[in-house]
Amino acid sequence: MSEPLLALDGVHTHIDQYHILQGVSFQVPAGGVTMLLGRNGAGKTTTLRTIMGLWHASSGAVRFDGRDITALSTPDIARLGIAYVPESMGIFSDLTVRENMVLAATAGTMDNSRLDWIFELFPPLKTFWDMPAGNLSGGQKQMLSIARAIVEPRRLVLIDEPTKGLAPAIILSVRKALEALKETDTTILLVEQNFSLASRVGDTVAVMDDGRIIHTGEMAELAADRSLQERLMGLSLEAHQ
Amino acid sequence: MSDAAIRPKIERASLAESLKTRAPLALVPALALVGFLAIGSFPTWVTLTVAGLAMGMMIFIMASGLTLVFGLMDVINFGHGAFVTVGAFVGFTVLAWLAGWTSDPSILINLTAVFLAILASMAVTGLLGYAFERTIVMPVYGSHLKQILVTMGGLIIAQQLIIVIWGPDAIHLSRPEALQGSFIFGTALVEKYRLLAVVVGLILFLAMSYVLNRTKIGLLVRAGVENGEMVEALGYRIGRLFLGVFMTGSALAGLGGVMWGLYQETITAHMGSEIMVLVFIVVIIGGLGSVGGCFIGAMLVGLLSNYAAFLMPKFALVSTIVLMVAVLMWRPQGLYPVVKAK
Repeated sequence: MSEPLLALDGVHTHIDQYHILQGVSFQVPAGGVTMLLGRNGAGKTTTLRTIMGLWHASSGAVRFDGRDITALSTPDIARLGIAYVPESMGIFSDLTVRENMVLAATAGTMDNSRLDWIFELFPPLKTFWDMPAGNLSGGQKQMLSIARAIVEPRRLVLIDEPTKGLAPAIILSVRKALEALKETDTTILLVEQNFSLASRVGDTVAVMDDGRIIHTGEMAELAADRSLQERLMGLSLEAHQ
Repeated sequence: MSDAAIRPKIERASLAESLKTRAPLALVPALALVGFLAIGSFPTWVTLTVAGLAMGMMIFIMASGLTLVFGLMDVINFGHGAFVTVGAFVGFTVLAWLAGWTSDPSILINLTAVFLAILASMAVTGLLGYAFERTIVMPVYGSHLKQILVTMGGLIIAQQLIIVIWGPDAIHLSRPEALQGSFIFGTALVEKYRLLAVVVGLILFLAMSYVLNRTKIGLLVRAGVENGEMVEALGYRIGRLFLGVFMTGSALAGLGGVMWGLYQETITAHMGSEIMVLVFIVVIIGGLGSVGGCFIGAMLVGLLSNYAAFLMPKFALVSTIVLMVAVLMWRPQGLYPVVKAK
């Protein structure tokens, strides 16, 4: 396994009086896709938000490329090359698709060849380029949310349940995009409930429960071990299909 | 699965939905038409309409900053009226210094004096906005009750400071020579100053529309109004954006204060808190955070106030409240509510 790009070490996060993350420790190797799996309420979204600085860890450390980013502000973390695709997608409905992309291109103007690559991944974005993003369907909004995260080369992309509530055809499109992104230098930390998709795109995995990491390893090993799946998540891969 | 299965498709909005979206745009012409039918005299209607539009434009100038501050920062700033008052008093002071220019018969020199007064007012209120946001507003982000209390406190302190500096009495603020009197269009009388107010308001509205829709700063403000957290996650420091918008909103209130002071020709330490009732009504009618809605709301309030004052003077006292109630019964979130991310 290569050197970790991201490492969480004993991270605790409190939201008001609730103790959500209770000593989360795992590593995300550089390159490839690390899956973050677990039941609803296990703390996956909180983990991503803590990495992004949207909620600050009350103790423990988040290291990115060896640097402690635990206390950094969200904009500073984003400017290190970390992009975030929230579960809610975070689309600016009042802005057009183009304007959403312009804002995401923080370094300046958008690179045309990269934009063409994005249009190949998500053709509807080209079609609705000058339409308000609020008019897009749920799947198209998800495409825009991911496209926005990769409009510039990023070192790490955090994606929270990108296929939730989407039609199978759109899930296929998202999967293709993730596979295409894997071919680049970008590292992905992906929260996903769809175990079938997770087993197809994931290289490594961390499984959470009750605010703790209960398993880490290779995704292929977990995908092949039904009893481990049932023990960790209560359901096997077959049950998801 | 074929790519055809994910072919993009957007449902065309139904006629009813389109009308619902655009209906507020028809309110101002509709009110003007109703006003014309009720008044019956074309010259009187022209005079009242220009007066209403001028009043609406000045209220819009004061309200636009407030609605942006609320939309972007979720801050209810009851202290906004302080910037209106300070703007008016700074404008008065500059115009007093330039008394020779304001009494000159040349319109160019008169307008230069007004322009300098506006510039000074906006600079002072913008800087005051900086101090207000850093010391009073910033500690109470996220708590509406505390915001109401501390901004009201800030307003009271500002009013008392104005009394200390300029005295407790109402001050007469005369318009420059060339802005006094009226133009005569046929048989209709239109005050020169009201025309100037309409022009300034229109320029401001067009400038704000340009900045909000055509510049990256504008995109950031619109995005921040909808989902500030996501703006931060894209790498932008929303705190700076907050401060910039607050200072701009304060400076616009200062501009509105000068314009309103010259319109009323009398300024007092309480003028800001008095006009804030109308400003809040306009912001609520337009939809909190919406500049376009605020513009329409201001025009409606201005026109209705003037028509009602002519037709039914007693009703004029409550006309704007009735208008707000009617709009909220039709659209509980205002004419163009800004959708905020939860």
